[in-house]
Amino acid sequence: MSDSLSRRSALGGLAAATLFAPAVLAQAKPRIIVIGGGYGGATCARDLHRLGMAVTLIEESAVYTSCPFSNLVLHGSRDISSQQFNYDAIAREGVEVVALRAQGVDGAARRVLLSDGRTLAYDRLVLSPGIDVRFDALPGYDASAADIMPHAWKAGAQTLLLRRQLEAMPDGGTFVMSVPNNPYRCPPGPYERASLIAHYFKTQKPKSKLIVLDSKDVFSKQRLFLDAWKALYPDILEYVPLASGGKTTEIDTKTKTVVTEFGAHKGDVVNVIPPQRAGAIAQAAGVADRSGWCPIDPVTFESRLQPNIHVIGDASIAGAMPKSAFSANAQAKACAQAIALLTSGQAAREPKLINTCYSLVAPDYGISVAGVYQPGKGILADVPGAGGVSQLNASPAVRATEAQYAHDWFNITTAEVFG
Amino acid sequence: MMRSRSRLVMQLRSGLSALAFAILFSAPAHAQGAGALLSAPAGASSCSGCHGASGPALPSLVNLTAAQIEEAMAAFASGKREATLMNRIAKGYSPDETRAIAQWIAAQSAGASK
Repeated sequence: MSDSLSRRSALGGLAAATLFAPAVLAQAKPRIIVIGGGYGGATCARDLHRLGMAVTLIEESAVYTSCPFSNLVLHGSRDISSQQFNYDAIAREGVEVVALRAQGVDGAARRVLLSDGRTLAYDRLVLSPGIDVRFDALPGYDASAADIMPHAWKAGAQTLLLRRQLEAMPDGGTFVMSVPNNPYRCPPGPYERASLIAHYFKTQKPKSKLIVLDSKDVFSKQRLFLDAWKALYPDILEYVPLASGGKTTEIDTKTKTVVTEFGAHKGDVVNVIPPQRAGAIAQAAGVADRSGWCPIDPVTFESRLQPNIHVIGDASIAGAMPKSAFSANAQAKACAQAIALLTSGQAAREPKLINTCYSLVAPDYGISVAGVYQPGKGILADVPGAGGVSQLNASPAVRATEAQYAHDWFNITTAEVFG
Repeated sequence: MMRSRSRLVMQLRSGLSALAFAILFSAPAHAQGAGALLSAPAGASSCSGCHGASGPALPSLVNLTAAQIEEAMAAFASGKREATLMNRIAKGYSPDETRAIAQWIAAQSAGASK
């Protein structure tokens, strides 16, 4: 990089001109930096490299721990190592992988500042930083509170902490979950988690109770979840929506209590899923708006706030597309294609994107939501007539098939992204 | 490398199980060159999230012709073919979009097995 640095400073404006030359003609490949090595960033880095770009992937962790399927770790039926992937294959393919934290972005100079003080230059930057949990949103819930009442909404140490707490909880104990209002990562995730922990209780600690305190009244795959809970966990799982006083207003770590609009719920184990925002680098780069999330162009994923910076995955405001790993993977591929076209002087093509999210309400009982999306009215909009959720009243065989599809999706997608 | 890979494909095609064949293509995007990725029509790149390889239940598309993919999508969209999920997805594409996607996917598979 020091090489390209001196070249740039020596040639000044001339160098800038070559950056915009068509890729096939330019001597140097377009330099693309991708920040964040999850389902979005890792996919995007690979495709950009295959499209002929010089790609640097900046990801602080050497090991990625997948959030999808981490609820099975909480359930006790899946080892955390099955959730973990590294960047060896991506590096072998030719992506430069930098295991440092990206501290800042100078959009005007098109440079990324790394945690070791170095800066890297880019022609275009892709941010796929995922989410940051907000420790300023719920009174009483700061970073140290997460050591006592884990969020487990970023997979890894938090997942293992919550699992240990569940294991240590005596039969007859109470588990309390606090669920935020939209938008947040993985809309059906809290309800899958509630389901699988209820299944753990039913099979291992049948005298235990689970209370879900929700800050909203409407959620993803709602009828399917509610029907399944009634059938499978009627004496274990209690759901308290906003209308019944489910909104969390305060957290008390000393007594492990979630305070709601209508009362207080003390738990032996408490999982607080707090409000979230785009990962910190999005704020630093100036691509997040007052909502904490990043508005984007639905064709190119380029930020509405900063030129030459694209945002994909959970951090983006992707219209009707949910914040899911599937969405991030689909967006990443479309974004890579758009960048390849833009850097070679062509117009990006309107994408059409799919999302599919499976949830397990029991290990052999899967349900799904799917959607098809295209740019419309400035956002990624639902394609009318497509998408929707699994059928109500489907047979156990259909539910078992969807559970198997969920596993297949995980294995196939993680092979595509990391394998 | 390429020579041994193509020999392997021949062997697999002539005898080994479909599963082994699928494993060979467990990351078919490896075979995708810049041209293929650049030319992907709208909607095509999302498919590999589930169909880039075979699971026990989810089928890979590598052995299908463009006509077979197109026909399956039409049957899912019309409800003629039952599905848990593909019926919901297929309704999101016009016949022209489906044709372009089917042709692109079939071309990738053909390219990967050469």
